[in-house]
Amino acid sequence: MKIKQLSVFLENKPGRLSVPCKALSKAGINILTLSLADTRQFGILRLVLKDWQQAKQVLEGAGLVVNVTEVVAIEVADRPGGLAEVLEVIEQAGINLEYMYAFTFGSEDKAVLVFRFEDPDAAIKVLQSKGVNVVGSVELFDRAKH
Amino acid sequence: MTPFAFENRIWDRAETTPRDRLMALQLQRLRRTVARVAEVPYYKEAFARSGITPRKIKSLDDLRRLPFTTKDDLRRYYPLGFLAVPTEKIVRIHGSSGTTGRPTFVAYTARDRDTWANLCARFLVAGGLRPEHLVQITFGYGLFTGGFGLHYGIEKVGAAIIPAAAGNTPRHLMLIQDLKPQVLVGTPSYSLQIAEVARAQGIDPRSLGLKFAHFGGEPWTEDMRVEIEREFGLLAFNNYGLSEVIGPGVSGECVARRGMHIQEDHFLVECVNPDTLEPVPEGENGELVFTSLTKEAFPIIRYRTRDIASLDSSPCPCRRTTVRMSRVVGRTDDMLIVRGVNVFPSQIEEALLRVEGTAPHYLIEVDRPGAMDMITVKVEMRAQDFSDEMRVMEALRERIDREIQSITGIRVNVELIMPQTLKRSIGKANRVIDHRREKGLI
Repeated sequence: MKIKQLSVFLENKPGRLSVPCKALSKAGINILTLSLADTRQFGILRLVLKDWQQAKQVLEGAGLVVNVTEVVAIEVADRPGGLAEVLEVIEQAGINLEYMYAFTFGSEDKAVLVFRFEDPDAAIKVLQSKGVNVVGSVELFDRAKH
Repeated sequence: MTPFAFENRIWDRAETTPRDRLMALQLQRLRRTVARVAEVPYYKEAFARSGITPRKIKSLDDLRRLPFTTKDDLRRYYPLGFLAVPTEKIVRIHGSSGTTGRPTFVAYTARDRDTWANLCARFLVAGGLRPEHLVQITFGYGLFTGGFGLHYGIEKVGAAIIPAAAGNTPRHLMLIQDLKPQVLVGTPSYSLQIAEVARAQGIDPRSLGLKFAHFGGEPWTEDMRVEIEREFGLLAFNNYGLSEVIGPGVSGECVARRGMHIQEDHFLVECVNPDTLEPVPEGENGELVFTSLTKEAFPIIRYRTRDIASLDSSPCPCRRTTVRMSRVVGRTDDMLIVRGVNVFPSQIEEALLRVEGTAPHYLIEVDRPGAMDMITVKVEMRAQDFSDEMRVMEALRERIDREIQSITGIRVNVELIMPQTLKRSIGKANRVIDHRREKGLI
């Protein structure tokens, strides 16, 4: 049920973000979603893409440092309170959450939340037992096509 | 229980001469040295300028009236303008590689060579060498003094030698496995290479049976000693020397390992501020300056080594009465003065080593944007240190920051930068850019 996420180290300088983006574009690799965390001096770009292995090679080939981590995708209704309900489950179960970001598939009335847990396997177990809709990578990238 | 890891043995009774007698001997030998160099052109001129004669050397303090000698002075009299004996008295010429291409040469009489062997025997015995040992030498035998100096010292002690010389690590490993030497001689970094090749072949370096190692020829750190000792299960000793002074044998560690005993009956040592050339207080880092006291072919007065270390004259439990020097912490050539504090690139590298295990590529930039000097240390990010979590990355940066501060005593800016963005140069990488120099501020 876990999704592979690529993280890329970037300096916080003009033009640095375009280095990974151009490399992926040249290789014809599509990004499903991304998030960027930054400090005054450096940033971490996190990417979810279907062909993560190929993407990792392409990014490393462009001289970037890439790290692979497992994240959990959760589908919620795209309405007020959708995220709050999931967060409540996480909080009550005492699961350690490192960071998260979210995206939607445009026309659909659903939103996808991407969570980075300290222990993703334990988190998935708890979330599923509470009826939260954890989305696997096959389903996620399948949906992205439509 | 003995306080030492093994028996404290002293090779030469001269090593324990009481201080007052040692100093009287030094004065007598200093006068003789001044007389010996009176016809060496460089000293002849300098002595004439300041009116120095051997008779004017009345106390060891008069050493300070003598001129310094630098590497550039030696170069000016290339190849052998400092020779103090007729050429037929020479039995050997060695040289040190210069970054400028031409080496600077030094020469030995038969007696110098014997003195040299004896001085090497002193530190070898202090660091565990016994006549029944077999020693493998991994230093090169050539113009460089490392190979021959240690070779003579080991012969003097009466131990056996495998003169394997430099290079071909798999062959070194084979010799160690088959001949089972107890002692390794060479540079500390080369021993780690031997360990690496051993591991690659599935051999545990601890199974090789090495018990002692005598390292020299390059600066290294206490952390590296811990690593080497753990890797091989041996005791590693530091020794120091440079060809201009005699080669290895200027100083070396004893069983107490509280610094390297300087062979003061053969060399006078000073520790000076490299800018003012005034002595620094004991315990503070300064440039080491040596004057030879017994050398015949190539006596040298107040040679500026450009090596930065500190001195310690507190009594040593090993009973040797000589002053001890710390590890060489840097070179004056690399020294940066930042907000009045001396900082060496090697200290920054040590901090990075402590945090990241192996040193990444880095660059030190010094600037003075306003009234204050600023150091920025740029560290290239590597896959093994990179995390997707911001707090892990911030913690890494803070750890580097803290280590640098604890080693150098000053705050720096640490910048994590993208890999392969720093220029790679062949050979010795240039790790420092001093923008103050470009701006004409220093």
